[in-house]
Amino acid sequence: MSAREHAGGAMRAAVVVFPGSNSDHEAWHVVHNVLGQPAELVWHKETTLDGFDVVILPGGFAHGDYLRAGAIARFSPIMAAVERHAARGGVVLGICNGFQVLTEAGLLPGVLMRNKDISFISRDAWVRVENETTRLTMACRKGEVLRIPIAHGEGRYVADSPLLDRLEKEGRILLRYCGPRGEIDDRFNVNGSERAIAGIMNERGNVFGLMPHPERDAEPIVGLGQGRQLFASLLESFRRAAA
Amino acid sequence: MSAGRIERTEPAITPELIRRHGLSDEEYERCRSVLGRAPNYTELGIFSAMWSEHCSYKSSRVHLRKLPTSGPRVVQGPGENAGVVDIGDGDVAVFKMESHNHPSFIEPVQGAATGVGGILRDVFTMGARPIASLNALRFGAPDAPRMKYLIAGVVHGISSYGNSMGVPTVGGEVTFNPCYNGNILVNAFTLGVAKRDRIFLGKAEGPGNPVIYFGSKTGRDGIHGATMASDVFEVGVEASRPTVQVGDPFTEKLLLEASLELMGTDLLVGIQDMGAAGLTCSTLEMAGRAGTGVVVDLAKVPRREAGMSPYEVMLSESQERMLMVVRRGQEERALAIIRKYDLDGEVIGEVTADGCARIMEEGRVVANVPAEPLSEASPVYSRPMKEPAWLMRRRALDLASVPMPSDLGAVLQRMIGSPNLCSREWVWRQYDHSVQARTVVRPGSDAAVMRLFGPGSGSGSAEKGLAMSSDCNPRFCLLDPKLGAAHAVAESARNVACSGAVPLAATDCLNFGSPENPEIMWQFAQAVEGMSEACRSLGTPIVSGNVSFYNETTSASEGTTPVHPTPTVVMVGLMADARRSVTSWFVDEGDLVVLLGRTLEEIGASEYLALLHGREEGAPPALDLTLEAAVQDLCVRAAQRGIVRSAHDCSEGGLAVTLAESCMGGTDALGTGAPLRGARIDLPGGIREDALLFGESASRVVLSIAEKDLPALETLAREVAGGNPARAVPLRVIGRVEGAGDAASLDIRSEGSRLLTSRVAELHRICHATLPRMMTS
Repeated sequence: MSAREHAGGAMRAAVVVFPGSNSDHEAWHVVHNVLGQPAELVWHKETTLDGFDVVILPGGFAHGDYLRAGAIARFSPIMAAVERHAARGGVVLGICNGFQVLTEAGLLPGVLMRNKDISFISRDAWVRVENETTRLTMACRKGEVLRIPIAHGEGRYVADSPLLDRLEKEGRILLRYCGPRGEIDDRFNVNGSERAIAGIMNERGNVFGLMPHPERDAEPIVGLGQGRQLFASLLESFRRAAA
Repeated sequence: MSAGRIERTEPAITPELIRRHGLSDEEYERCRSVLGRAPNYTELGIFSAMWSEHCSYKSSRVHLRKLPTSGPRVVQGPGENAGVVDIGDGDVAVFKMESHNHPSFIEPVQGAATGVGGILRDVFTMGARPIASLNALRFGAPDAPRMKYLIAGVVHGISSYGNSMGVPTVGGEVTFNPCYNGNILVNAFTLGVAKRDRIFLGKAEGPGNPVIYFGSKTGRDGIHGATMASDVFEVGVEASRPTVQVGDPFTEKLLLEASLELMGTDLLVGIQDMGAAGLTCSTLEMAGRAGTGVVVDLAKVPRREAGMSPYEVMLSESQERMLMVVRRGQEERALAIIRKYDLDGEVIGEVTADGCARIMEEGRVVANVPAEPLSEASPVYSRPMKEPAWLMRRRALDLASVPMPSDLGAVLQRMIGSPNLCSREWVWRQYDHSVQARTVVRPGSDAAVMRLFGPGSGSGSAEKGLAMSSDCNPRFCLLDPKLGAAHAVAESARNVACSGAVPLAATDCLNFGSPENPEIMWQFAQAVEGMSEACRSLGTPIVSGNVSFYNETTSASEGTTPVHPTPTVVMVGLMADARRSVTSWFVDEGDLVVLLGRTLEEIGASEYLALLHGREEGAPPALDLTLEAAVQDLCVRAAQRGIVRSAHDCSEGGLAVTLAESCMGGTDALGTGAPLRGARIDLPGGIREDALLFGESASRVVLSIAEKDLPALETLAREVAGGNPARAVPLRVIGRVEGAGDAASLDIRSEGSRLLTSRVAELHRICHATLPRMMTS
């Protein structure tokens, strides 16, 4: 039985597979094996996402990304379905390259530029939960510090000041790079993002984008397992909605 | 073909042309006798590539036969695209290491990137999904000409290709030595996992079956790369840049997914990637292994540019291409899968029964050569060997001639900040090491550990893990190639054992100078003997590997400079429960620090002697393989019992450096990870203090354990010995983990009197400053 026909789970997830996606299997693994929810990999040439609650755009290099990360993926057939899913209020989560695709597609504001020191960075980063009331963060406490892997060359979030002010005012900045005790400091803003932004959401609160990879550290065997909290939040939001 | 086809006249076969193809007079005669006639130009190119050192192993074969290559877990030994080892539950690990030295010296970014691409293809060609890569990089002196450009380029090339592919790069080595000034080494390793009953081989079986080409189009890049890799560098090699291929990891990712999808069907008969010598090597090897022939129509080969000659198409090393044989009548199903990934795919020929590779173009035979004599019966040489006259002299070290430094703490700081011992974080920070969510132990510990996503994964229960470590001490190998190569095997196995895994099998990448020099050939033969001996003793066969000769530079002013013998070994080990894996840094204050093994007065061939005294001489440390096996056995059993808090192999830099690394190894440059720890250590005396602190005696491991577990560890040591005194592991409590963060210090005494005290935070700063400073200065 495919995940979209699954009746038992509280949260049916589609993980979109672009030709150069490379974090699709682990996103699927976390939803399916760690949370025990129905999940399915969906090839980018498909045209519908009907029946899914959550659509995840995973990390990777969607179409090679020699031009600009995520720039070509928005022309994939599946993207029209992603837009329809978002328009009807469905949850969309873009992780790393998925975040880049969402900004290129205009589903999230701002742009992700080359890291401040040019090179690719692969490391654990601390991020502080700025808004604990969203569907992606409701299992966290405000100000809670999570340690989650990052791995990107183009992750520096850039937007103009009015937009940044607006994101801030509307509580749409979800995660900021910080130190181990939550301190905001250039030293810990590893890619040089404006206002240390690591994750944001759209106005309606159903489309999320983050550079860190919670799916890569959602179990203690591969780290602290703190990435699980973001997926658990999503699941909790569907359980509450169903109750 | 297009109407504008250029009519070509092929060059006549002259002695000069034969020489330029790297064929000796005898080899050319052999080629004539194989054909029963003189070869044409295309055929000469084919012979030249197939009988190049790189493809034929003609100088190394007689020696490589001595390596142990079989064992109860070996599913596939050397000779295929990669080695295959059984890891239980129907799973296999598929792995190999390969060199890309010459291209990386000429054009570091593309050279290193395509090295990674090549080894990834070798692994997924067998049906395995790649889950981890390592690399062993040997650079010259940091201030040598072009060196920073080479370092930055190689790291960038590996990072851009591996990261895009979504295969984590989880470890490796970086060595600096002036012997690599004119010839750096880039050795890339990849490991994949597959099901034992779904392994695919490069065999063109079943006459009448179609031969399909898929992947990228063929261009003029990399023509004669294999021949280039079999030649000595002359000054001004940058002119060879057109022979370096350009990599496209996006196409490779498509090729990977398309190949694995094809392998999930029942269509495939055999498959092989096009690496060195491209279409030539893949067609001839696939037919040669199966004892069949193939007929190929070059007009059907997808091309990037018009007007390519048959010679160019056959010898192009364009990247990201595969050749496969499918069952007759199934070609459309296979091509449909290839098209799903927007790759080029064409039926270019079929398997025949006549044993020949017949290459056609527009109905005309452009080459016709017997497959098996070219691929499987290439020339084999027993080249002359001679021990270098300088070796005995250089190995004799009079300890009295080595002055004792007055400030041992300053020596430790200098060592920990030296290019060979400092933190490699600047390098692996650029490698995606967390993709696939399998990485249990990341770069920076003794061995990387990957989990396998078995049944029950995600539920928090036990998962199998694979550990791997790359090792070679080129200085040891220069001063005693046999002993040095045995050390490479022992150290890589020890690193794997420190992580808690049982060493299973290894792959090697043997980098040497010119085999036509008897002294180099002697080094090679000795190294293979040393590896064989160590592999036998430790029960770890070699299942795949690569030989790279001609790593030397010739210049008018300095003559010929070969690299140090560099037989790199990657050991792979298995653990039943990856949650029990062990890292190399101290964990809890109050834990006991335990030293396993014997510390002798050995400073020959050490990093200390080279760095502090400028002397690359003396004999490498002795290696007792029986004791080595026992030490590893004890580490593994103690880890499985869950009583090891940390385990760190004691090697380059000796005991003091090992202890310093255990104090700070878990903390990265930014302060993420485990906190800094201090330690108070008291060592037995009886030998020179510099030898005690910085000597590199073999088969030693620094453990930390909870105090309550000491009796259990001692009991395990007795079990490991089993009454055999040769297997009795010397075990001594040498101190305690004490202090944390900024307050932590490493205090080392001998018989109660102080040798050195260093603030750990200061050591950490020094250790992390070196590479960033080197690369920005």
